[in-house]
Amino acid sequence: MPDEPEGTDPHGSGPEGSHEDVTPQSDGSGHVPASHGVTHVMGTPVSISAPQFQVAARNPKRVEGVVALAFVVSLGAFGVFGGAYWINADNYILGISLGVALFAFGFGLVSWGKYLMPRGPFEEPRPQMAVSKQERSEFVADFAVRGKVAIERRSFLAKIMGAAGAVLGIVVAFPLIRSLGPKPDESLYHTSWRKGAKLTAIDGKAVQVDDIDVGGVITVFPPNDLGGALSQTILIRLKQSGPVVTGKGRETWGPHGYVAFSKVCTHAGCPVGLYEELTEELLCPCHQSLFNINTGALPVFGPAPRPLPQLPLYVDSKGYLRAQADFDEPIGPGFWYRGGSNGSPKVNGHLQ
Amino acid sequence: MIDALYGWVDDRLAVSRGGRHLLDKIFPDHWSFMIGEIALYSFIVLLVTGIFLVLYFVPSGSDVVYHGVYAPLRGQTVSEAYNSTVNLSFSVRGGLLMRQMHHWAANIFVGSIVVHMARVFFTGGFRRPREINWMVGTTLLILAILNGFLGYSLPDDLISGTGIRIAFSVLEAIPFVGTYLAYFLFGGAYPGTAIIPRFFIIHVLIMPLIILGLIGAHLGMLVRHKHAQFPGGGATNENVVGSPLWPNYAAKAGGFFFLTTGITALLGAAVQINPIWQYGQYYAYKVSYAVQPDWYMGWLDGALRVMPAWEIHFPGHMIPTIFFPAILLPGLTFNLIYAWPFLEAKLRGTNDEQHLLESPRDQPLRTAAGATVFAFYFVLFGASATDVLANYLSLSLNFVLWTFRILCIVVPIVVFPVAYKICLELKATPGSGKRKRHNIIVRSADGGYTTVVTPEYPGYVQPELEPVSIESVDLVSAMTADSDRDDGVYRIPRDYR
Repeated sequence: MPDEPEGTDPHGSGPEGSHEDVTPQSDGSGHVPASHGVTHVMGTPVSISAPQFQVAARNPKRVEGVVALAFVVSLGAFGVFGGAYWINADNYILGISLGVALFAFGFGLVSWGKYLMPRGPFEEPRPQMAVSKQERSEFVADFAVRGKVAIERRSFLAKIMGAAGAVLGIVVAFPLIRSLGPKPDESLYHTSWRKGAKLTAIDGKAVQVDDIDVGGVITVFPPNDLGGALSQTILIRLKQSGPVVTGKGRETWGPHGYVAFSKVCTHAGCPVGLYEELTEELLCPCHQSLFNINTGALPVFGPAPRPLPQLPLYVDSKGYLRAQADFDEPIGPGFWYRGGSNGSPKVNGHLQ
Repeated sequence: MIDALYGWVDDRLAVSRGGRHLLDKIFPDHWSFMIGEIALYSFIVLLVTGIFLVLYFVPSGSDVVYHGVYAPLRGQTVSEAYNSTVNLSFSVRGGLLMRQMHHWAANIFVGSIVVHMARVFFTGGFRRPREINWMVGTTLLILAILNGFLGYSLPDDLISGTGIRIAFSVLEAIPFVGTYLAYFLFGGAYPGTAIIPRFFIIHVLIMPLIILGLIGAHLGMLVRHKHAQFPGGGATNENVVGSPLWPNYAAKAGGFFFLTTGITALLGAAVQINPIWQYGQYYAYKVSYAVQPDWYMGWLDGALRVMPAWEIHFPGHMIPTIFFPAILLPGLTFNLIYAWPFLEAKLRGTNDEQHLLESPRDQPLRTAAGATVFAFYFVLFGASATDVLANYLSLSLNFVLWTFRILCIVVPIVVFPVAYKICLELKATPGSGKRKRHNIIVRSADGGYTTVVTPEYPGYVQPELEPVSIESVDLVSAMTADSDRDDGVYRIPRDYR
């Protein structure tokens, strides 16, 4: 660039270096209209040959080549994508052709913008957000005075309108909230287990006392609520052949080595689905609470705060396992209206 | 023709009046300003792919028997939601790509919002007058996380179904109103039949509308305030220095949209995400092992795991243990984020309009506070993998859990002073954060050595220039001035210093 004019001075745009630039550009070729040859920095004329107006690339031809290549790649890949879609090709071919096409397109466009456009920097003034006191007080006065004139003479109307609006606001909220669902009811405290309900597997088959091997587990439901999210119960056969006593008052709850616990974790409600036969412990796979079966599913580790409620069982004359009653406390995670650590007062002492 | 059309529109909408102002909008040239753009663009990807998906997804929990092309599932009874998701993945042209792009874009959306917020936080971009925009942005983060969770829940697969169960429990745990909220949202006791259709309409209509409106407000305020900018290169509190919207940023930002979309498409093509046909249909009594939620819910899952089993009991009432990690912790976190601009203004005792960003090292207290909060959440995020880590490292679950419980407390306590100290040291080190210079060691004839520091812009790197006012610049003539030169542009000479 032997004939590069004075605008290449780094300070050419600054006030101190800008005097030469006042004269219209004449770099020999004479093609620049004089009126366009001068522009201003904050009122100070600046030559358009100043470096701010030049492209950022030092070698624009090469960048042009790269951009062109990117667009060609994009063009081709978009074509491949269209063809792949047409023939219903594999997800990989579809996605990679689309991805390459979009990326190449973006790459070309960004490179164009970054290297082949005036590099700047340019500046624009920034108004401060803060409003002057006068501006504000004028506006507020306008608002207040107009409003006052309009409302004051009709304050009775304004009050009635306000009352109507308030009632509307409240009434509108009713369907939005109240229609959505029933109020929390007995389902918080009770499941569909009833006295005499057969322990039934998901396939509808009632469990008999010989159906499960020692160390085996099965998920059971009351026959009228197969798959029930709240009544799901995990039935475990321990190694004892006689009754399993997991606590005081539960002497008859675990006949023939069988115990049954609510499968809904008392922490966050996940199904407590993992049984460790060796240690006779139940593990919740969501947050790793561990419950010891022999102590009545007392949590021994993890975030669960309460034992899993135990379902009292008995074996009928035909060998079917049945529930003595519903769980004696609310199952699952805690909630505000649940009573103390052992359940709500509402469900106390309903056993038999 | 185009002239006539434009004239017709212009006569009715007065586009030309004030249009120059829009063309002239200056964007500061700094890489960190593109992070928010990623969020915006991935939201557009979410809208476009979401419109595709909504044509095929059936938002219903009713039972159907699967008869699709995926052999292992054939004959199983599944919900319509699950059935239609599997079908749109396997039987609809481009369906799997759209679904995987949608899921990836959601992860990128939330991720870029978090990184963008971190940039704004650590550089002080939330200070007056941008407090409102900070709060709008925080709301967008919350909504993005919530809507991500809702969308993740829609296919009714085993893993997301378990997440819905946990969500019900979390709602229930809110004092006073929790059970009411849960019953109203789910239309009754868990699980009910309303949740898939309700989550669907919230996910595809209500939330996107709110998010779209808030994005509009976010960008509107950005235009009103104009960009904040880093100091240097002529930037002051009274100007914006950078490149104009037209043509520079139209090309750069427009191109960046395609880069973001392209990356999302490549991820959707090559990196499998959420293969629900492997997880199976959700049943309330089934559960899977070693599962994690999408990454942006990880901290919540981790918090649920590390929280000790504490409950508060009153006569007849209780506060369940999950209230603390799942309601109180996010509540405190997001309220702290909302309140930070005001807390900091109070702490610093100044509240002037600030349009110049700060280097994180210049505000050690803020930087250390931010790093501490991030560290805490990183630990919680890690804690969401306690079971996987215990398996992988052959450690006991007990040990891993207790390690995370201790780390939750220790790591933030360590991070705060360390971050604070690093800031102070960086501040005290002259030249840190400046462009690297080459040192040339010269040996003189008599054997002595001297170090010569090269100029600030060695080699081919272009020097910084003084900004030129965009309002008085005639870019058109600048760009056409020497179009008949051999390569059509001016060149900056290489020896230019």
